[in-house]
Amino acid sequence: MPARYSGRRRSNIIATVLAFAATAFGLGWLVLILGALLWKGFSGLSVAVFTQMTPPPGSSGGLLNPIFGSLMLTTLAVLIGTPIGILAGTYMAEYGRHDRLTSVVRFINDILLSAPSIVVGLFIYEVMVAPMGHFSGWAGGVALAVLVIPVVVRTTEDMLTLVPNALREAATSIGLPRSLTIRRICYRAASAGMVTGVLLAVARISGETAPLLFTSLNNQFWSTNLNQPISSLPVIIFQFALSPYHDWQSLAWTGALIITMAVLALSISARALVPSGKQS
Amino acid sequence: MQPAERQPVVDVAFSDRMAISAGAASRTKILDRLRLGDSVFRNLTRAAAIGVLLLLSGVIISLIDGSIPAIKAFGFGFLVSSRWNPVTENFGALPAIYGTVVTSFIAMLIAVPVGLMIAFFLTELCPKWLRRPIGIAIELLAGIPSIIYGIWGLFIFAPFLQATLQPFLINTFGRAPVIGSLFAGPPYGIGMLTSGLILAIMVLPFVTSITRDVFEAVPGVLKEAAYGLGCTTWEVVRNVVLPYARVGVIGGIMLALGRALGETMAVTFVIGNAHRISASVLAPGTTISATIANEFTEAVGDLYTSALIELGLILFVITFIVLAIARYMLMRIERRIG
Repeated sequence: MPARYSGRRRSNIIATVLAFAATAFGLGWLVLILGALLWKGFSGLSVAVFTQMTPPPGSSGGLLNPIFGSLMLTTLAVLIGTPIGILAGTYMAEYGRHDRLTSVVRFINDILLSAPSIVVGLFIYEVMVAPMGHFSGWAGGVALAVLVIPVVVRTTEDMLTLVPNALREAATSIGLPRSLTIRRICYRAASAGMVTGVLLAVARISGETAPLLFTSLNNQFWSTNLNQPISSLPVIIFQFALSPYHDWQSLAWTGALIITMAVLALSISARALVPSGKQS
Repeated sequence: MQPAERQPVVDVAFSDRMAISAGAASRTKILDRLRLGDSVFRNLTRAAAIGVLLLLSGVIISLIDGSIPAIKAFGFGFLVSSRWNPVTENFGALPAIYGTVVTSFIAMLIAVPVGLMIAFFLTELCPKWLRRPIGIAIELLAGIPSIIYGIWGLFIFAPFLQATLQPFLINTFGRAPVIGSLFAGPPYGIGMLTSGLILAIMVLPFVTSITRDVFEAVPGVLKEAAYGLGCTTWEVVRNVVLPYARVGVIGGIMLALGRALGETMAVTFVIGNAHRISASVLAPGTTISATIANEFTEAVGDLYTSALIELGLILFVITFIVLAIARYMLMRIERRIG
């Protein structure tokens, strides 16, 4: 008996040590990656990065046009994707909470949520770039919007489901029609969660590269024309990092640092908005 | 006590003979407008929900439509041919499928046990106040964009592996009879093993957060009963928590697998983009997504483009199946927990 007891104790200790080690392992990568980004990217950070265009190889420059392009594409994607996502989520939580359509949409939406983003790029290439005959900022924005929709649908539905029914009943009892109940009461009660959804969606798309590679393509010059190829930060990082030029590589690191900081700030503030939320 | 002053607007309108018609008209007008607004809003939300369905079918239809030339030219042989020659326009998907499966397999081999152990730590061992910060830190790994993993992998992780882990593997296992072929060849740094390791880091947070959530949903009574019998913490997790949460854990693993299969940018940087099948995990290879990312904009000719779109279709079908299984499993555990 004592021998078996010590054996059980030993395996418990081993498992505990392994669990600590696994956690340290997981956290270690976060530290390593962020450390590398700061170490490689911080030295390149200067005013010029935000005020100058991307340079030809061998000269100095900045990242102004890709930063601006990324902001434009992200804004476009949010403007297109958020209303559709919120409306769809509203249907699922308010009108058809228990009907068949909702469960099918929920299933499909969950698959879209984790579908490979490069496939979305191919889809937009097929329906927008090929018929139009050229790459364009519009196509890039729509491709990103396709990635925004599932995130917003999911959080909107979850947050509206959390709104207590007593609020809806109270609104109905004083004679508010259904649509006004939803817009004036439920949206207001769920607003923090819905904003979180949009922030998470922005965090998700601001680093996305794959769907932009063959929709908005790239542009070495200043361009605000959404009908033309437009430069974006992730695609520039991809191009510069794989180039043999040292200047370009260090600009890529600086761009990587900027994106990561922006994304981490967005996801942390999204979490802060929902105090004990179960956001994944 | 003063009825005339206290009456609501509409009733006042009725009490006044002159205003009856006007009041009734405006009331019906208002009600009509509200009714119209109601049905417009309802149908708008319904249309948006159906739009989500159309989005998915649109993806499938456009991919099938785009790959018709390649399907016509190569037929079923596309799936089993390992040739990839843009010059003679002869394409086969096997190396890319092989690379996708192998890198994802390596990733799951590492991410699943590590993710389970982290979930064990977070639910049973970690002090309460530390749970949320550590959980968020692990989830931040999922927030880092995939291109960052790519640039980090190419410039820092791959050279590191080339200098340390890969020579070690070659020297230790390289001459062993069976597994030797897995670790044959020079240490390139980049290759399938490197891609698999980076994918492991990327999907780790998905395994961890879902596993943690289902572990937390295990009824406390069950665990307390096991502790009451004298079980150690590890025995409780292994014999009570894990069996109870099994379906959810498998769902989480499948979800992570779906991510690993479709991951593009990180892999594109470190896979080496070589269209061949090698037994050695140290050799460069390619995956479906890396092939598309690398070659699509440079693809000349309809057949080349179409072959790449068919690759995308294959990837989508594979991930769709994996993700559908994942969702089914997660739905089952949700229903059980209620």
